[in-house]
Amino acid sequence: MYAFAYHRPGTVRQAQSALHKHEDSKLLAGGQTLIPTMKQRLASPSALIDLGHVAGLAGIEKKGRNIVIGAMTRHADVASSAVVQEHLPALADLAAHIGDPAVRHRGTIGGSLANNDPSADYPAAALALGATIITNKRKIAADDYFQGMFTTALEEGEIITKVSFPMPSKAAYAKFPNPASRYAMVGVFVAKKGSDVRVAVTGASNDGVFRAAPLEAALHTKFNAKSLEGVSVDHTSFISDIHGSADYRGNLVTVMAKRAVLKAQGK
Amino acid sequence: MVSVSMTVNGKAVSAKIDPRTLLVQFLRENLLLTGTHVGCDTSQCGACVVHVDGLAVKSCTTLAVACDGSTVTTIEGLAHDGALHPMQEAFREHHGLQCGFCTPGMIMTAVDLVNRKGHTLDEHTIREELEGNICRCTGYHNIVKSVAAGAQAMAGHK
Ligand SMILES: Cc1cc2nc3c(=O)[nH]c(=O)nc-3n(C[C@H](O)[C@H](O)[C@H](O)COP(=O)(O)OP(=O)(O)OC[C@H]3O[C@@H](n4cnc5c(N)ncnc54)[C@H](O)[C@@H]3O)c2cc1C
Ligand code: FES
Ligand code: FES
Repeated sequence: MYAFAYHRPGTVRQAQSALHKHEDSKLLAGGQTLIPTMKQRLASPSALIDLGHVAGLAGIEKKGRNIVIGAMTRHADVASSAVVQEHLPALADLAAHIGDPAVRHRGTIGGSLANNDPSADYPAAALALGATIITNKRKIAADDYFQGMFTTALEEGEIITKVSFPMPSKAAYAKFPNPASRYAMVGVFVAKKGSDVRVAVTGASNDGVFRAAPLEAALHTKFNAKSLEGVSVDHTSFISDIHGSADYRGNLVTVMAKRAVLKAQGK
Repeated sequence: MVSVSMTVNGKAVSAKIDPRTLLVQFLRENLLLTGTHVGCDTSQCGACVVHVDGLAVKSCTTLAVACDGSTVTTIEGLAHDGALHPMQEAFREHHGLQCGFCTPGMIMTAVDLVNRKGHTLDEHTIREELEGNICRCTGYHNIVKSVAAGAQAMAGHK
């Protein structure tokens, strides 16, 4: 790891001015992505601005028809939250299967969404549920937020403070984890709200998380696993690596989508 | 240099450290608590698991300075008055270790698991929960047995 200065702001405003003041500085949330990256010298920020002591960034509340989760809320706390388990069980289930228990004790939802790893789980939930990413500057709709692998709409100095998830009528996430890393080889999040159906896919594409229009159309006609029979997504830009070819991942998308639909129907 | 203070195995400690210092380095090199191991140094193996404020974390993936004000427990903090902790005793009894390199992390993960999920643990749960801990010797079978037995034994402990 290269040397860096360490700052511990107590408020979002202080964090923002620290980011502004120190060129090439980075926010530190759970560190479960950033620290390994810095250890490999793939990142060398001049300063780390630790969000760990910023007041009011962690917590979960139900606000009307939305579940609002603070950026510094750990994966384990989303997984075990009674509010999330009751109103958005698909999200609790997703959080419970990120990495391993130690990673879940430190990793945060804000860090995961800011990082936008093409194989991360939360981006699929945010996109399928039509979440709103709330920052220190503005509110960003999930449809505008994810802009390709490791790329988001976040601007320099922008800090995610909360994420607001509208409550669906039915939702589920089905993940095919890479047996070694536990990241998704393919993960499909399906959400139904009224007659609107959204399907988001992570792990598969070189362009990061995306909405699967053909699957959405099929499920819109009838929300049933059978509707997905023979329906597939264009996989020309899919990831091909030692873990699986683009063809394989392409097939997995439909398989995981079917499983997610069955799960959403409680089957 | 930045200053950190924390409570490690019940003892207050303070030091001035380079902000780069990982929690595992601080424990092993500053405090000479070498029971916590570094297996991979890439967040995969779990040999470095300790408890920070009561929760299992990978100390190779945590900055010491981020633990300022925290309470840390390492494998050295489990035994009391010369008597092994029930989870340690269970690993010995059920041959849950061979070379022992992964064992401190396995035991700290297992104790955290019992704290969260109670004393009656089925094999599936134990295997899922040990996701982040790698053992190159045992084939896991006896580790799973040890954790189940240790979890039961912890019910009568404290
Ligand atoms: C062994 C292992 C297994 C894992 N498995 C999975 C898995 O199965 N699925 C999965 O989805 N993830 C997995 N992860 C990643 C994990 O979920 C990370 O915790 C997460 O991606 C990053 O969150 P963090 O809080 O640790 O962020 P950090 O590592 O602290 O930060 C990540 C990036 O986000 C920026 N950032 C952090 N917070 C904010 C904010 N509030 N506003 C703006 N920018 C911010 C940081 O500057 C940094 O660039 C795994 C990690 C490990 C080590
Ligand atoms: S040494 Fe920390 S996970 Fe392997
Ligand atoms: S006992 Fe040798 S690595 Fe587990």
